[in-house]
Amino acid sequence: MSGMTITQKILARATGRASVAVGDIVEPAVDLAMSHENAALVMNQFEEIFKGTSLTPTVWDPSKIAIVFDHRVPAESSKTATNQKKVREFVRAQRIARFHDVRGDEGGICHQVLAESGYDRPGSVIVGTDSHTTTHGALGAFAFGIGATEMAAVWALGRVLNVEVPATIKVVVSGDLAPWVGPKDIILSLIGRLTAEGANFRVIEFHGDTIEWMNTSGRLVLCNMAVEAGATSGIVPADDETVRFLRSEAAVTGELDLVCADPGAEYEEVVEINAATLAPQVACPHSVDHVQPVTAVEGRRIHQIVIGSCTNGRLDDLETAARILRGRRVSRDVRMLVFPASWRVYREAMERGYLADLVEAGAVVMNPGCGCCLGIHQGALGDGEVALSTTNRNFKGRMGNPNAEVYLCSPAVAAASALTGTISDPRY
Amino acid sequence: MSRVVLVLGDDVSTDAIFPGRFMATVLPAETPQFAFADLADFNKGVRDKTITPGSAIVAGHNFGCGSSREQAASCLKGPDLTIVARGFARIFLQNASNLGLRTIICPEIEASEGDEIEATADEIVNVTTGRRCRVLPLPSARQAIVDAGGLVAYARELLIAERTVTL
Ligand code: SF4
Repeated sequence: MSGMTITQKILARATGRASVAVGDIVEPAVDLAMSHENAALVMNQFEEIFKGTSLTPTVWDPSKIAIVFDHRVPAESSKTATNQKKVREFVRAQRIARFHDVRGDEGGICHQVLAESGYDRPGSVIVGTDSHTTTHGALGAFAFGIGATEMAAVWALGRVLNVEVPATIKVVVSGDLAPWVGPKDIILSLIGRLTAEGANFRVIEFHGDTIEWMNTSGRLVLCNMAVEAGATSGIVPADDETVRFLRSEAAVTGELDLVCADPGAEYEEVVEINAATLAPQVACPHSVDHVQPVTAVEGRRIHQIVIGSCTNGRLDDLETAARILRGRRVSRDVRMLVFPASWRVYREAMERGYLADLVEAGAVVMNPGCGCCLGIHQGALGDGEVALSTTNRNFKGRMGNPNAEVYLCSPAVAAASALTGTISDPRY
Repeated sequence: MSRVVLVLGDDVSTDAIFPGRFMATVLPAETPQFAFADLADFNKGVRDKTITPGSAIVAGHNFGCGSSREQAASCLKGPDLTIVARGFARIFLQNASNLGLRTIICPEIEASEGDEIEATADEIVNVTTGRRCRVLPLPSARQAIVDAGGLVAYARELLIAERTVTL
């Protein structure tokens, strides 16, 4: 028998089978089920499932459900506030422990909160009502996004129904990254090659010495954006760095199961990336796969710079920005908004002086959360305006205005561009 | 027979189908008012109910890419539309089958607004142009849920079977 990929191994174990093959339909047991504000819709569908039965609507296991408010914090409208209130009541009634409300001690973007709170474990099955749930593959989990009704079924039954075991694309990244080039540039370049649907229904497994040397923060960037190539999930084999992160940054104790691929695992496709020759990359409007080296779009006038999101709002991202902006000034032609990915990131960035560097340079440091990433509140764009952002999506209308444009880039490109008000190469 | 009421290209995102700024609206009964909110004419047709139930949207590859928001499927299910696309993004396809929104995968579909199309199990005939295009089956994992009448009904049956045993 041929070997299994990491995904196959995790799914085999989660279904109590010795092995699973690509295309098998399985119902994996769920280790962690995450929702954000859209828990309000999940609750509605959860109650629908129980309707007409004599059963009490209780979730299968409250210790395995996480709910994090992040998309619209603090609430931007009475409608959101009312939804959040209903979710709070549900959390209390169902005794859901992993609840992260609008709070400065434990709040933040769901994906960041899950990773830093030690909820992610290698070898586990994680589902979330958010497409960027792929992020958690950075810690060796099989993690994927589902819709609200599907989550309601998970809350009721504890497993995901009708999952087709996906094929895997192996991406091998090798070589040392040049200064001011980072994980965001790797993933943008990959998406440019694969296209926005190139990995649809597939998993991307990341390998190669660049990945082995990369810290968890960088791996989170890669897996976060795997979904932008359509991937069901992205996954990095759990290793010493995974253990280091979980033990020392996420306070995880107890045994860890580092699942890796079998030597004879079958991949649908192998893609190689030479990290050493990579330049900073930019995804141009209105598609994440319109990727160009920064040199091709240098000089483009921009109006708003955004550093933040579940992709690039972590401590090392703020550090990069602070290093570039320290003692300098954000151009008066541009406004710069910084959204730390969580309050923990915010506090650490404050203690290290990064926030002061950024504010003194003229940036506006916002409260942690999704911020303007999805165009609901904070930092809207005017008609005809152009944003340069470290977020992960630039669909038309993504930041709330279909008459605006969004370019995506790394924190280094964003910060260098803040100095000039035009897209700029951080290497010069 | 379905009338094609909207023709779109590749990579139609959930931000286009149901813009993020309306995401505080979650209940399926309330979402259709924001379907393609930035396409004024189409959206007006949905709001004013001038689009006949059973009408079709025709699109290219990767329809529904982007977020997992289920509103993108429920807002099209409300006016009882059928989506014919060259391909669908995974999460959208799952949400659609879970909610009973009809999706047809038709890799060579070509149609213009106003065309009449007829779908059978294995092909779509564009009655207006005479062109016939093959239809790919839904992934079998999805078809089982469609056959059960959607995920709520499917999950409810399992729930009754499982929780009754353990009581
Ligand atoms: S930061 Fe943006 S991409 Fe990430 S979870 Fe929030 S809205 Fe989604």
